[in-house]
Amino acid sequence: MACKVTTVPFRGTKEQEQKLLAMIDELKDQPGALMPIMQKAQEIYGYLPIEVQTMISDRTGIPLEKIYGIATFYAQFALAPKGSYRCSVCLGTACYVKGAQAVYDKLSELLGIHEGECTADGKFSLEACRCVGACGLAPVMMINDDVYGRLTPDMLQGILDKYN
Amino acid sequence: MRNITIQELETIRERMAPHIRFRHEEMIGQMDENYRAHICVCGGTGCTSSGSEKLIARLEKELKANGLEDEVQIIKTGCFGLCALGPVMIVHPEGSFYSRVTEQMIPEIVKTHLVEGKPVTKYLYQETVTENGIIGYDQTNFYRKQNRVALRNCGRISPEHIDEYIGTDGYFALKKVLTEMKPEDVIQTLLDSGLRGRGGAGFPTGLKWKFARAYDNDQKYVCCNADEGDPGAFMDRSVLEGDPHAILEAMTIAGYTIGASQGYIYVRAEYPIAVQRLQIAIDQAHEYGLLGDNILGTGFKFDIGLRLGAGAFVCGEETALMTSIEGNRGEPRPRPPFPAEKGLFQKPSILNNVETYANIPQIILRGPAWFAGMGTEKSKGTKVFALGGKINNTGLVEVPMGTTLREVIEEIGGGIPNGKKFKAAQTGGPSGGCIPAQHFDVPIDYDNLIAIGSMMGSGGLIVMDEDNCMVDIAKFFLQFTVDESCGKCTPCRIGTKRLLEMLEKITQGKGTLEDLDKMEELCHYIKANALCGLGQTAPNPVLSTLHFFRDEYIAHVVDKRCPAGVCKDLLRFVVDPNKCIGCGLCMRNCPASAISRTDYVAPGHKLASVAIDADKCVKCGVCLGNCKFKAISKK
Repeated sequence: MACKVTTVPFRGTKEQEQKLLAMIDELKDQPGALMPIMQKAQEIYGYLPIEVQTMISDRTGIPLEKIYGIATFYAQFALAPKGSYRCSVCLGTACYVKGAQAVYDKLSELLGIHEGECTADGKFSLEACRCVGACGLAPVMMINDDVYGRLTPDMLQGILDKYN
Repeated sequence: MRNITIQELETIRERMAPHIRFRHEEMIGQMDENYRAHICVCGGTGCTSSGSEKLIARLEKELKANGLEDEVQIIKTGCFGLCALGPVMIVHPEGSFYSRVTEQMIPEIVKTHLVEGKPVTKYLYQETVTENGIIGYDQTNFYRKQNRVALRNCGRISPEHIDEYIGTDGYFALKKVLTEMKPEDVIQTLLDSGLRGRGGAGFPTGLKWKFARAYDNDQKYVCCNADEGDPGAFMDRSVLEGDPHAILEAMTIAGYTIGASQGYIYVRAEYPIAVQRLQIAIDQAHEYGLLGDNILGTGFKFDIGLRLGAGAFVCGEETALMTSIEGNRGEPRPRPPFPAEKGLFQKPSILNNVETYANIPQIILRGPAWFAGMGTEKSKGTKVFALGGKINNTGLVEVPMGTTLREVIEEIGGGIPNGKKFKAAQTGGPSGGCIPAQHFDVPIDYDNLIAIGSMMGSGGLIVMDEDNCMVDIAKFFLQFTVDESCGKCTPCRIGTKRLLEMLEKITQGKGTLEDLDKMEELCHYIKANALCGLGQTAPNPVLSTLHFFRDEYIAHVVDKRCPAGVCKDLLRFVVDPNKCIGCGLCMRNCPASAISRTDYVAPGHKLASVAIDADKCVKCGVCLGNCKFKAISKK
């Protein structure tokens, strides 16, 4: 649960802000609304920078430190923007015993980035995930919504080339 | 929007039941009034990942081209279980099981099978093709020993159509409960059935409901744990994707029993298909008035909301899950008070897991004696396992409790690929342990697994072979728990971290025998003192591997060697000077310039052999892959 503060400047638009505030007004009165609000906010912006967390806090009256506490607790919330192509390699047990670590290491080497980071051109980001539930295809990785199964490290360059 | 009556529910069942029965193996030869053939295509995550959506589109196109769209129905179902052979599709009434189907196969299957009536043998699951003709898939090794109760509708019905579920007696358990049973009767039925929670600990479900019923309160809650965080387990996901209405029905029954009017399903956001189908199911149940006010005209009121989990393993723990639904960091609370007294929003609540709920409508309809007739003395019914790892038939299997590991792995699972030797089976995920070959014949149930140092957990069953290092596996699970520890209590937050550091030391070849004893001591300390189930069970992977595979730990510590050849720091690459012809290919490609020429020329060779400087070697393995003379080996 390491916290990485992003250096990428916030580029939210007015439309996004309106969408965010309308969504908050719709949800804020139901019990336990904060998590659904943060999940929807991340759908709108793609991540949850401190600027967005502040807007949520201002609108709901929930202290910013509580929102920040939740944002850093759950793996789903990203404090830094993700790449246009999000590569996530499954490191669940079934994939791990079939060599997912080698796949992950090779991908990290090819992209030149580590877990949670994004390439300088904003194209690829890398993360390890826990079980996408396609254990029959282990080892598995996803690039956005495309699933690649039965991977070996030498297949990766070919797959990445499709996105370049 | 109008609530349907019991009469209407019965009419729908009468209309749909023959249609669904058509897809049962034993019904071969029967006709469906509307369609002469049904094609069930698996729409579970595994098969969707391997392209089943494209198959459906292609099927629709080909059926149209052959003018069959009014004669043949395509049904997108939940998981058939045999994920290793996905994408899978079954053509009824013959029950022909096509495996690893590609788009290119579709035109031929449509033409030969559906137009001419001859199954395309070469594309069938090869186990169904025998000398005596094609056998039903339920006769194959993978399916023969299975008994699908929780998974009964997975692969059989379309999860996106409530009428199909009603056609399988769906919502009739709810009808029975609302019209014929008192809450106490439901509790007694569950107690008599012997149903225990399928989420891990195995607490009797009837007892849990009884406690929650006993607390008086104006508001109570029914929760469903669908936050399947255990890596390598996907049984709950398959039930949600294949039979979501069963969960809604069971939760409504629970609401009636404990006196609650609101339910929550806490489901992983990483399961988009499951979330989508649950939402469709909830909307359809509302449309029929099977959720909402005055259900089936009985005056009973119940509703269900979806909450998306945000990726925290600890939220599988009941109090943490409830804290998370309330909109907080998912940290567990000390118990007592137990959730039955003060749970969600401080109100009496119950939490059951998806698979537990999936069993309940069947128990109500078929009676507790039927359910208690399966399984062992203390563990009744069946259990779903997600078979994964080094096994031929990866997938989902449901077997009666008491089935042995040998039956599951060798018969149903089809054994270990590539002729490798079985080393261990891991159950219970990060909370469980590794079971070695010596316990192959132990009947699997809650108590037996605990007795051999593992646990049932949610049902992940990962098979490992001789190429897996058990110290590395223990380290893998500890990395997981260190990542996922919420940090609230010290034994878990710091204890697991220290355990991981010791394991890292050992896999780097810096461990001592004293470390092994220290580790064991720390494990017992964490087990005794951690706040919640996550911490209390976190040391299990270490304890069980230390117990059963101590020799591997000793090899790492004393001999500085990893017998499975996994731990990189302990690997050595060596050149056999008598096989090396001195071509120098490895030298030129070594990224660390760790290979140099010696002055030894082997008999019969012209050039001097090379040697690897262990201090410079980064163990990348490039030389091993490049050597055409098999002169380099990993030790």
